Amino acid sequence: MTSPMTEAPLIEARKLTRILPETVPVTLVHDIDLAVGRNEFLAITGPSGSGKSSLLYLLGLLDRPTSGALLVNGQDTAAMDEADLAHTRLSMMGFVFQFHFLLPEFTARDNIAIPMRKLGRLSRRQIDQRAEELLGSLGLGDHIDKRPDQLSGGQRQRVAVARALANDPAILLADEPTGSLDSKSSEQVFDTLSALVHERGKTVAMVTHDLDMANRADRRVHLVDGRIVPLDGAG
Amino acid sequence: MLLFDIAITHIAGRTRQTLVAVLGVAVGVGFSIGMAALMQGSQDDFIRQLIDTMPHVQIKDERRTPTRQPAEDAFATAAIYGLRPTEDPRGIINPYAAIAWLNAWTPGTLSAGLRIQGVIRYAGNEVGAAIIGIEPDMERKVSSIVEDFTEGSFDSLTEGGNNIVMGRRMAERLGAKLGDTVRAVSSSGGTRDFRIMGLFHTGSSARDEGEGYVLLKNAQILSQRPNAVNDIRIRLADPHAAPAVARQAEARLGYRAVAWQEANEGLLEALVVRNAIMYTVVAAIMLVAGFGIFNIVSTITHEKARDIAIMKSLGFTQGDMQWLFVMEGLAIGLAGSALGWVLGFALTYILSGIEFNLSAGGREMTQLPVAWSLLHYTLAAGFALLSSAVAGYLPARRAARLHPVDVIRGAT
Ligand SMILES: Nc1ncnc2c1ncn2[C@@H]1O[C@H](COP(=O)(O)OP(=O)(O)OP(=O)(O)O)[C@@H](O)[C@H]1O
Ligand SMILES: [Mg+2]
Repeated sequence: MTSPMTEAPLIEARKLTRILPETVPVTLVHDIDLAVGRNEFLAITGPSGSGKSSLLYLLGLLDRPTSGALLVNGQDTAAMDEADLAHTRLSMMGFVFQFHFLLPEFTARDNIAIPMRKLGRLSRRQIDQRAEELLGSLGLGDHIDKRPDQLSGGQRQRVAVARALANDPAILLADEPTGSLDSKSSEQVFDTLSALVHERGKTVAMVTHDLDMANRADRRVHLVDGRIVPLDGAG
Repeated sequence: MLLFDIAITHIAGRTRQTLVAVLGVAVGVGFSIGMAALMQGSQDDFIRQLIDTMPHVQIKDERRTPTRQPAEDAFATAAIYGLRPTEDPRGIINPYAAIAWLNAWTPGTLSAGLRIQGVIRYAGNEVGAAIIGIEPDMERKVSSIVEDFTEGSFDSLTEGGNNIVMGRRMAERLGAKLGDTVRAVSSSGGTRDFRIMGLFHTGSSARDEGEGYVLLKNAQILSQRPNAVNDIRIRLADPHAAPAVARQAEARLGYRAVAWQEANEGLLEALVVRNAIMYTVVAAIMLVAGFGIFNIVSTITHEKARDIAIMKSLGFTQGDMQWLFVMEGLAIGLAGSALGWVLGFALTYILSGIEFNLSAGGREMTQLPVAWSLLHYTLAAGFALLSSAVAGYLPARRAARLHPVDVIRGAT
């Protein structure tokens, strides 16, 4: 449950608070203290509107906190500018959302190639090869050249997982990745994520409504009204 | 290249809108090129005519500033205004030395003459005239008048004797015809009879109504100024060298030397204004074409809000997104420019082929003068690209600032 003191956690939130500056300010999350360790499968649960997505956006550097600190690899992100944040997302984070969010004009292979081309570490040939390998490992070997509208919901979501893994990120952040899938596809996606942690040494933080899945994760935090509340024995 | 690929898929996804925007730019570029070709062509034609008909440098027996008065030398504070140089009856002092000096270095040919004011009479009619004494063989080399004869010829002067050639309109006003004898009276009172041996029509009414050419020696006798020369005209191989030649001649000889550019300053300034108007119109056309691009890029950024959010969440920066949409505007501008070049070329070609007759001016114009200039193509495309970059930049800036979380939250 605690990460070793000698090594900084992958992502650490300290009194993290995000308030939307509306006419009536909306508190999305409040005073969150949370450390996501390496090679951990973390589940985030809570009722609808409790701030699960908001927390995930903050952890994934898509949003910036109103107060409190967010550390990535022990480094405070407050000092980072927009380009630094973008590069950190590109090189060490992967996102999977409830909705697949693929670029509609591009094939499965090209969708996966885009973050790799952006990072620019591999040649075009290596990129295409890696894209095809990722698709193959997620059981999509026959759908490499299909555009998103030619794929089923579960297939799209797995392409999205493949894309999130394209740059071999340290952490995968998933917001209800199985929310729109049937139970068979959900199992496939969950198994994929679980395998990432337990076979490939990745870290996964997953928001889910599915308590059964949440309990199969290594750890679970529960949000209510934007705060982390202790689990009553269930975790 | 990645952003370029994405940009292309975005605009390729909306064929009709893209086509309209590309055509908008193409029409703008094409018409600008066609218009510029026509404007430049007529301007070149006009200047060519000036250069053909006018002396490139004209040196007269005048000084640009009145000669220094003895009083100014005597009294340091004295300033003398309003003096006009008296006409020196000797004309240009030591003209043959001046001519020899000019001949030695000017890259061209020159003709020296005596231009006098006088009156020509015939059968009770009287017309004020500039009577110009020239050496026909020299004059032929600097003046295009030889080609403007409608009756008789310039060569008749060469034969010697008391011959005159004059503008057709002057003869009409006098009521005289070819072969008639007219009487010339100089301002100093000398008179002499001349036989009309040629009539010319240059198209410039000042010359057609007011000029008569005689042999230099006859003009000198008429004005009682033996050996005087007051008008040296130079025709240069390179007309653009005229101001430099004029400056050098004036500095050495002290007489006022006027280059054709100076003599036609007003006309040339009018051309500058004309060009300014043309560029304004071109800019306006491009602005309109820019609206087409603004429209399409704006639509794309709206429709692609989700994709922008995805790309930003993947790790694309605000700058990347801005570039992406500016590039989409530029791509349309580029395609439009290329098509516009073809259109402009075709338009210019068609314009250059239009034939018509305009004999009233005497000089018949059979084809529209058009100029083929690479500069027009470069400028039109430059304007188009600039306008498409701006048209792409404005919506791009807004799109780039879009907060991915707002879109992602709204979509789920
Ligand atoms: N732009 C916004 N303006 C006002 N309120 C907002 C805005 N975005 C989110 N909220 C509110 O903030 C709270 C947290 O939202 P969030 O999306 O993080 O919840 P969630 O736990 O992910 O819910 P769900 O399980 O339904 O996805 C909600 O009550 C929501 O209504
Ligand atoms: Mg949510």
